[in-house]
Amino acid sequence: MALKFPIFMDSHSTTAVDPRVLEAMIPYFTEKFGHPGSRNHPFGWEAEAAVDKAREQVGKLIGARDPKEVVFTSGGTEAINLAIKGVAEMYREKGNHIVTTAIEQRAGLDVCKHLERQGYEVAYVPVGADGLVDVEGIRKAITGKTILISVMFANNEIGTIQPIAEIGKLAKEKGIIFHCDGTQAVGKIPVDVEAMGIDLLSFTAHMIYGPKGVGALYVRRKNPRVRIAPMIDGGGHERGMRSGTVPVPLTVGFGKAALLCREVMPEESARLKALRDKLQDKILSSMDEVYLNGHPEKRLPHNLNISFAYVEGESVLMGLNKELAISSGSACTSATLEPSYVIAALGVGSELAHSSIRFGLHRFNTEEEVDYVGNRTIEVVSRLREMSPLYELAKEGVDIKSIQWKAQ
Amino acid sequence: MAYSEKVIDHYNNPRNVGSFAKDLAGVGTGLVGAPECGDVMKLQIRVNLNTGVIEDAKFKTFGCGSAIASSSLATEWLKGRSVDEAMKIKNTDIVNELKLPPVKIHCSVLAEDAIKAALADYRDKWGKKEAVAGSKAS
Repeated sequence: MALKFPIFMDSHSTTAVDPRVLEAMIPYFTEKFGHPGSRNHPFGWEAEAAVDKAREQVGKLIGARDPKEVVFTSGGTEAINLAIKGVAEMYREKGNHIVTTAIEQRAGLDVCKHLERQGYEVAYVPVGADGLVDVEGIRKAITGKTILISVMFANNEIGTIQPIAEIGKLAKEKGIIFHCDGTQAVGKIPVDVEAMGIDLLSFTAHMIYGPKGVGALYVRRKNPRVRIAPMIDGGGHERGMRSGTVPVPLTVGFGKAALLCREVMPEESARLKALRDKLQDKILSSMDEVYLNGHPEKRLPHNLNISFAYVEGESVLMGLNKELAISSGSACTSATLEPSYVIAALGVGSELAHSSIRFGLHRFNTEEEVDYVGNRTIEVVSRLREMSPLYELAKEGVDIKSIQWKAQ
Repeated sequence: MAYSEKVIDHYNNPRNVGSFAKDLAGVGTGLVGAPECGDVMKLQIRVNLNTGVIEDAKFKTFGCGSAIASSSLATEWLKGRSVDEAMKIKNTDIVNELKLPPVKIHCSVLAEDAIKAALADYRDKWGKKEAVAGSKAS
């Protein structure tokens, strides 16, 4: 089959809506446009039934005991805000301390920073060189004032999967609420709120081949019953935790996307892992001084993050961006002009953060695409190394760290 | 971010990539930036010791597309200039020529630094010989 360009391999940022998901959504824009809160006519009943069905489908994907535990939001960021701020506000009397990790996605970190300005205290537990957080490190960070542990399931850059069940067990033992940011993991690998002891789980539809604009927060109702303060007040929708009209078409799409993920997960994750491994082997065996970022095994099956020493990430993307969508931890590709704090947290040195490239495979990638991407990446990196003064110095045997660089 | 056509052209067809031996007669080398900042430029000039004119220039750059383009452009502009004229190249000239957006201005600053560093190195190593050669010629 002929390749179609550009090839998308940036699935940690978003995914395409599955055509089956879109098909399920369409009637809810036009004929079935009712408000699920309209209790007294068929339009409302129809919409309510559709939202209930979606809630059940989404709940099943994460092993929720009761669909009522699923609260629809506008997306992952809102779900994270609602979880962390909601707990912080609700349990303010009990304590003001939160334990999280240094590599949470921006929403998680920024909410914590916001709370710090309000007088809360936050412990950012570091991760090891493989991106794993040490459960003992979390245990040690807990104080008598800790009201929340917030740890991401899998990292959005390096794909490292955290020991969530162990953290859930620790949280239960200490009687602390456990929020998990499941944005990258839900729908891709098994996530089970019951088996893993997760009290709050945030995730989003557009990462699982659903539409943008809808996400969810799982809020445990039993053992323990978790209460959160709402962030948005209004008509008391979503059991008072998130007022605002539920976007029925988006929610229906979210439900369908969840259903599909649950059906295809074993087969799809195995297929993507095989493709990812092929891409990884191709690159690592063809080039010197390339480094895999993150844990080699405890990693999302569709994630690959590699640092290409001596070349800068944005220049790699520039060489590929007409034909390939990938991303980099380079400062030049971030809004903040700082290199990736995730790669930097691994302790590899910020020059390797500038050189990191992330590939995110997805449902619609083919083996031909993977082969093409591997070859083109190697070509572009090789060309850039030929014009890299650092590569030249390294080839001459100069230790780059021995040079007195003058930072601007 | 959208790149200007000139940046894309320099990235795709960089001018004067390469290196001179550091001790070659008339060669001045500038190495500026830092790996942890994501930008390192090596810029070299080869000056005719009799005329004081930059006959050739080469670069190697670790950095984003705009950094590569800034240093590539710098080598183009250096060729054929006298050492004194070369001192007059300003980062703003590079910004204007390549239409660099504000977030990329530091790339042009680094290119100017690289030019200045190469010229200073040249003067350290060869400046006196140039003067001697010049006085002999007159």
